[in-house]
Amino acid sequence: MGRGLVGNPIEAALSRAAPHESRPWPASQAQPVDVLRLDDVTIAYDRHPVVHHISGAFEGGSLTALVGPNGAGKSTLLKAIAGLLPVTAGAIRFGIDRGAVAYLPQVVDVDRSFPLRVVDVVDFGHWRKVGALRRLSGEDRAVSVAAIASVGLAGLEHQPIGKLSVGQFQRVLFARLMVQEAALILLDEPFNAIDQKTAADLMNVVRDWQTEGRTVVAALHDLEQVRRDFPDALLMARELVAWGPARQTLSDENLERARHLAASWTDPAAAICAR
Amino acid sequence: MQLLFDFLFQPFIEFGFMRRALVACLALSISAGPIGVFLVLRRMALMGDAMSHAILPGAAIGFLVAGLSLWAMSLGGLIVALIVALAAGVMSRITPLKEDAALAGFFLISLALGVLLVSVKGSSVDLLHILFGTLLAVSNSALVLIAGASTITVLVLALIYRTLILECFDPGFLRAVGGRGGLAHATFLALVVLNMVAAMQALGTLMAIGLMMLPATSARLWTISIGRMIGVAVLVAVLSSVAGLIFSYYANLPSGPAVILSAGLLYLLSLAVGSNGGLLRRYIRRPHLEH
Repeated sequence: MGRGLVGNPIEAALSRAAPHESRPWPASQAQPVDVLRLDDVTIAYDRHPVVHHISGAFEGGSLTALVGPNGAGKSTLLKAIAGLLPVTAGAIRFGIDRGAVAYLPQVVDVDRSFPLRVVDVVDFGHWRKVGALRRLSGEDRAVSVAAIASVGLAGLEHQPIGKLSVGQFQRVLFARLMVQEAALILLDEPFNAIDQKTAADLMNVVRDWQTEGRTVVAALHDLEQVRRDFPDALLMARELVAWGPARQTLSDENLERARHLAASWTDPAAAICAR
Repeated sequence: MQLLFDFLFQPFIEFGFMRRALVACLALSISAGPIGVFLVLRRMALMGDAMSHAILPGAAIGFLVAGLSLWAMSLGGLIVALIVALAAGVMSRITPLKEDAALAGFFLISLALGVLLVSVKGSSVDLLHILFGTLLAVSNSALVLIAGASTITVLVLALIYRTLILECFDPGFLRAVGGRGGLAHATFLALVVLNMVAAMQALGTLMAIGLMMLPATSARLWTISIGRMIGVAVLVAVLSSVAGLIFSYYANLPSGPAVILSAGLLYLLSLAVGSNGGLLRRYIRRPHLEH
């Protein structure tokens, strides 16, 4: 499924994007290539920053957990990368085509009684390819069916989504993500409120994505799981606390620093940021 | 057999006005069915009601300018209702108001303005015509308007079908993959208004909503596929059109309300025995399966 997925879009996007970037990337030599780079990113709601001067890069094919206390700006950062929120200052730069980014929000605000079948929902993953009008090819449909099977829902293709459990519905959303063939996949608390078996199965799906060369960034709160399943972690508390191999990033010292930063957010009076 | 044939077809064979009423209703059924289904799916079932009132001042302005001219009144109604719908849509996106609240505000202003305008010149009879129509006196131009609106509706719906479904189901996803959900929604609202204006002379704006909503809500009680819902909705609308016209002919009653009441009967029937969540299903205990 992952054939030719990462290579071409990246090169294409780089050759297109490079002349316009203020700081061109070392596209020729660097291996692996950065799929996504945060340049001093600040995102504020009503002037109060929720993501504050964060810089760094996600390598192609990396699997990174986004960790931090409640209100640390994890969801906000993911939304901004997905293009659903404007960046207040700084820039988010992509080494891939903007259309090759897939995003799964924490709460998918859908009407579960909506008269759609599992396969209808998964077929929507082809949107970038077929748009509003074009017909789905037989191959597209086969991709959907295969995706449904690989999230463990084989045989339920024609089940109305209203009859699914919460866990099964999350599997459907993962199948839709899979169909999107995205080079960069953003997951916001993907294992929240689902049973352990489903969480474990979906984690395997995420691992497969990484093996296929896709880049995955997932906001998570279960530190044990991050240490166990994720090679890299980004610890933030509005500010960047640490970013690197998961075990080092989640050191007691770093976590204490994040907690300390979080304690200062309740102060309503704030001066204008001088940075 | 001959008796039944006569009973069902004689009114239409004998009288031109019955045939015209039938054609008008059938054309409206074909477009009102799918429009209603999407209103139900968008949880905007009552929105049509508000829109029908928004048409009034436009129709009244048309009436004041050009007298009882179908085209002037339709155009006026179309323009004002579109302004109300779009203003509500835009306000719901840029202010904290939800769409229904924004719409309620605008349509009430519009309705009050309409009643005021009608009272300036015209009578309450004219107002009743706009709200309830005169199905047995459908003019040629009204037929053309209805047929045209119906055709445009079906074609445009086909174009925005996928976008509209995804915009109803998961607008966040549609936005993330770069779909034009807002545009599809605005286009859809325009179609709602177009159908209501087209139905104005035949059924009246209030009754036109009946032909949109009753078949669509009935359809929801029979099937869980959007395609089939649209089919069932059109079928219910067609059936109630024919039944209503025949009933009104023999009982010598107003035909618009008769058509809508027929649709209402089918709705109550669907509520009772609908295969997808009808009341009967609730009270019949069937033994549970092994897994």
